[in-house]
Amino acid sequence: MNRCAIVGIGQTHHKAKRQDVSIAGLVREAASRALADAEMAWKDIDAVVLGKAPDMFEGVMMPELYLADALGAAGKPMLRVHTAGSVGGSTAIVAAQTVIAGVHRRVLTVAFEKQSESDAMWALSPKIPFQPQLTAGAGGYFAPLVRAYIRRSGAPEEVGIAVAVKDRLHALKNPYAHLRLENIDAAMVRDSPMLWDPIRYLETCPSSDGACAMVLTDDEGARRAPRPPAWVHGLATRSEPVVFAGRDQVDPRAGRDCARDVFDQARVTDPRREIDVAEIYVPFSWFEPMWIENLGFAPRGEGWRLTLDGATALGGALPINPSGGVLSSNPIGASGMLRFAEAAMQVRDQAGEHQVPGARRALGHAYGGGSQFFAMWVVGRERP
Amino acid sequence: MSGIAGRDIAIVAFVELPPVSRDTEREEVELVQPVVSEALARAGLERRDVGFVCSGSCDYLLGRPFSFVAALDGVAPWPPILESHVEMDGAWALYEAWVRLLCGDVDTALVYAYGKSSLGDLPRVLAQQLDPYTLAPLGVDADAIAGLQARALCDAGRATERDVAKVAEGRRVSDGAAAVVLAAGATAERLAKRPAWIRGIDHRIEPHQLGARDLTRSSSTRLAAEHAGAFARRPDVAFLHAGFPHEEIILRDALAIDDAVTRVPSPRADPMIVAGLTRIGHAAATVLDGGADRALAHATSGPCLQQNLVCVLDASREATS
Amino acid sequence: MDDGFEAPYRLEYTYRRSTGAVIGRFLGALRDGRLEGVRTAGGRVLSPPLEYDPESGEDVGAPVDVGPGGVVTTWTWVAAPRPDHPVARPFAWALVRLDGADTAMLHAVDVGGEPGGIRTGLRVRARWRAERTGTIRDLECFVPHDGATPIDVARPTTEVSGPVALLPSPVRLDYTIIAGRHLRTYLSGLAKKRIVGGRCPRCRKVYLPPRGACPTCGVPADHEVEVRDTGTITTFCIIRIPFDAAPFPPPYAAVAVLLDGADMPIFHLVRGIPPEEVRMGMRVRATWVPDAELAPTLASIRWFEPSGEADLPYESIEAHL
Repeated sequence: MNRCAIVGIGQTHHKAKRQDVSIAGLVREAASRALADAEMAWKDIDAVVLGKAPDMFEGVMMPELYLADALGAAGKPMLRVHTAGSVGGSTAIVAAQTVIAGVHRRVLTVAFEKQSESDAMWALSPKIPFQPQLTAGAGGYFAPLVRAYIRRSGAPEEVGIAVAVKDRLHALKNPYAHLRLENIDAAMVRDSPMLWDPIRYLETCPSSDGACAMVLTDDEGARRAPRPPAWVHGLATRSEPVVFAGRDQVDPRAGRDCARDVFDQARVTDPRREIDVAEIYVPFSWFEPMWIENLGFAPRGEGWRLTLDGATALGGALPINPSGGVLSSNPIGASGMLRFAEAAMQVRDQAGEHQVPGARRALGHAYGGGSQFFAMWVVGRERP
Repeated sequence: MSGIAGRDIAIVAFVELPPVSRDTEREEVELVQPVVSEALARAGLERRDVGFVCSGSCDYLLGRPFSFVAALDGVAPWPPILESHVEMDGAWALYEAWVRLLCGDVDTALVYAYGKSSLGDLPRVLAQQLDPYTLAPLGVDADAIAGLQARALCDAGRATERDVAKVAEGRRVSDGAAAVVLAAGATAERLAKRPAWIRGIDHRIEPHQLGARDLTRSSSTRLAAEHAGAFARRPDVAFLHAGFPHEEIILRDALAIDDAVTRVPSPRADPMIVAGLTRIGHAAATVLDGGADRALAHATSGPCLQQNLVCVLDASREATS
Repeated sequence: MDDGFEAPYRLEYTYRRSTGAVIGRFLGALRDGRLEGVRTAGGRVLSPPLEYDPESGEDVGAPVDVGPGGVVTTWTWVAAPRPDHPVARPFAWALVRLDGADTAMLHAVDVGGEPGGIRTGLRVRARWRAERTGTIRDLECFVPHDGATPIDVARPTTEVSGPVALLPSPVRLDYTIIAGRHLRTYLSGLAKKRIVGGRCPRCRKVYLPPRGACPTCGVPADHEVEVRDTGTITTFCIIRIPFDAAPFPPPYAAVAVLLDGADMPIFHLVRGIPPEEVRMGMRVRATWVPDAELAPTLASIRWFEPSGEADLPYESIEAHL
């Protein structure tokens, strides 16, 4: 039986523009930190699994080809995963599966986005003949879902504001976070411009340059690791169509199925009690309560109460996104892997100021596309 | 989730659309839906019986981001499915599916790839793969880069001026799609009379800069072949993914393929992103239909054969050598 | 085929590339009319410089002056240069190993337009552009050099203008986009003021446009059904920020409209009512462009306006959010 352990984690300092580095330099920064954490050299790595969102963000097609040198991949297997916004999570899962399958023993997995090379609005929705142009911009796709959630749950508007404040307060404890809003409070969020009603400016994620990397290994690698590993207790993905008649995009079944699968593998029967901390993909503040329900942390229509009660803040019963989350740093392709990596950092007691004391089991969550691709892992302090 | 050591994985079905030089009828879904339906029908599987789905595609061929999202409807992923996607040739999607099956918790996988090279100028589209600082700004295209490799091989005395001239004729593009069904152990034996067992599969990449590589050798093909066990026993037939004749010379050398091996030449028009997967598919088909006991397939990606995958298929589930 | 269902599409963007220390320094040297490489830990000199040693993966070391002369290690002829090529008359692409370097650089070699002028082993020197901005194309091309006469350098090597931090990188790719056969049915209808959906033969749901695969059943959803141009707003958002593709100055409402007879909402705009008064469940009717402006595009529907009918209860639209 091959178990998978995370023994090295690295990330970049995420910023709107990392103009001090090339694309290679950006991925290298995260990968070097992960190797240093694992006390490994480039030659110790058997294979590289790379993930990112569309190539058009950087204008380099199949960038694994150009990045082979920067990731020390010459003479090694190198895979490139792309599953939209969930890609950072899916990439870590593919890498972990090569260990679980017994194919590789020490795998470097890296995800990145260098959004400053282009313009996200252009790269995500160029005007293509015969295709309807997005007449509402990027948030225009998600704002109607938020409206639908509010209608269903009866949640007050304070919920979206509370998440926006909480995650930015968390970010102040994370030295790698992009947005650092020292004076953040409810009034600042409430007074920020309404962009896609009901979503305000400060309830949205930034555009970031950044990368994340992890070294994954098997039992033997974990025994040799210089620092305590995080162990993979469960891995799951689910996908569903972007649209179909009667599709519930607010509470997608793919997310529910994925959560049930990953918790079953980890033998978690009551996630709210048994998961100590969760890093979930929240690009707009309202997605925190939506995903709390979708993940089964609260009954349908009740997720927002956890947020308003403060349960999801550091010090609460179920801290969510102590790193500051996607609302504070959003290098799109890496955002999912950052959730996975931050979850692993928590159970390794490695999260510094944003550490949840004594965290033994953590959830990493990523989603993408039209809320249709899901990737999750549960990691723990103990070997499963 | 934990792996099962020594799990045997086989290909049990392969379907491709006949490649056409320019398909004006089909977008992503119309390419994928028929090959997926037909591959599952041949394997005798319902969609809900498929344990894992993995696909390969490339946004730059179609000129738009998230092309794979539209294509996914072709497998009708409802109820939700276990699924992944590589922005690579479908051969690498098949590799991911093989890894996934080795994990032991699913028994069948569907792999598909689709490509429409006809929409753009393929050699220039492929030039977007080049180092964005010192290569891409030159305006060099992929055919010119292939020409550099052909000339290097000619200078080394291993190719002829005719091989070099073939590059100058350019490549013929086409649009197409293909699907493969994989299964593990007893499931494979139930789904096919003569499953094509994957006895080894491996892929390797080389440095990117052309001027830092020996263009006359494919060290990554050689490494992948070693790790895939390709040299343990000579295959009956080999399907190589070569865009030009000189590439085939380099690959034959790396794979030690002599005249005793039946080589199936690359088709004149090869759908980008699908081509590698179809090599594996055709190799599997020859084993499935009894045409060969052991077949080798190869796929490539990147400028001058930068990245290569080798897959060894055998009618025998047990190692015989 | 050209019945209005293929259209040119240009993927065009000027990326703003930050270069990092190693590449930035190299580009700065080019701007100064100098050629540089970097030395690896193993002692090799790489030019063009790479940020990381392709053999070991380690960081590279100090910069090294190379050239200005070099030797062609392989080449390929370009008989018909494109406007974006570095040389206007027929030329060769070549790998050039600069004096003092262990790897070769890809660039153009101008031999006067005659293919007989290029060969492997040819000694060449750099020809510089007069106007240099810090790109690989500041080196205009290489030209033959007999080795006897000294090579002019563009500028004394002591003048160093510093690294190039940002590299504007225009990308322009031309495609011909097609509308597949299912989309054509839908678009053709819109040009005739008809909204044609496709019914799935299995689940009976009606999709707009008809689809190559029903997303839940996997069979084509293409039994043609005409749906009405009236419908119900299921959900919406109010856009309050201006952006490039915006059809109106903000604020305005973007809505999901479930047309009568369809099972899937389409996304469009609503006018004729202040955005604040848009409601879930509100009944709307399409406003078409004048007949003379009808075309095979969803823009034939200019927007939706309230029809004046009573709102539908939330329960009746809840399944379509």
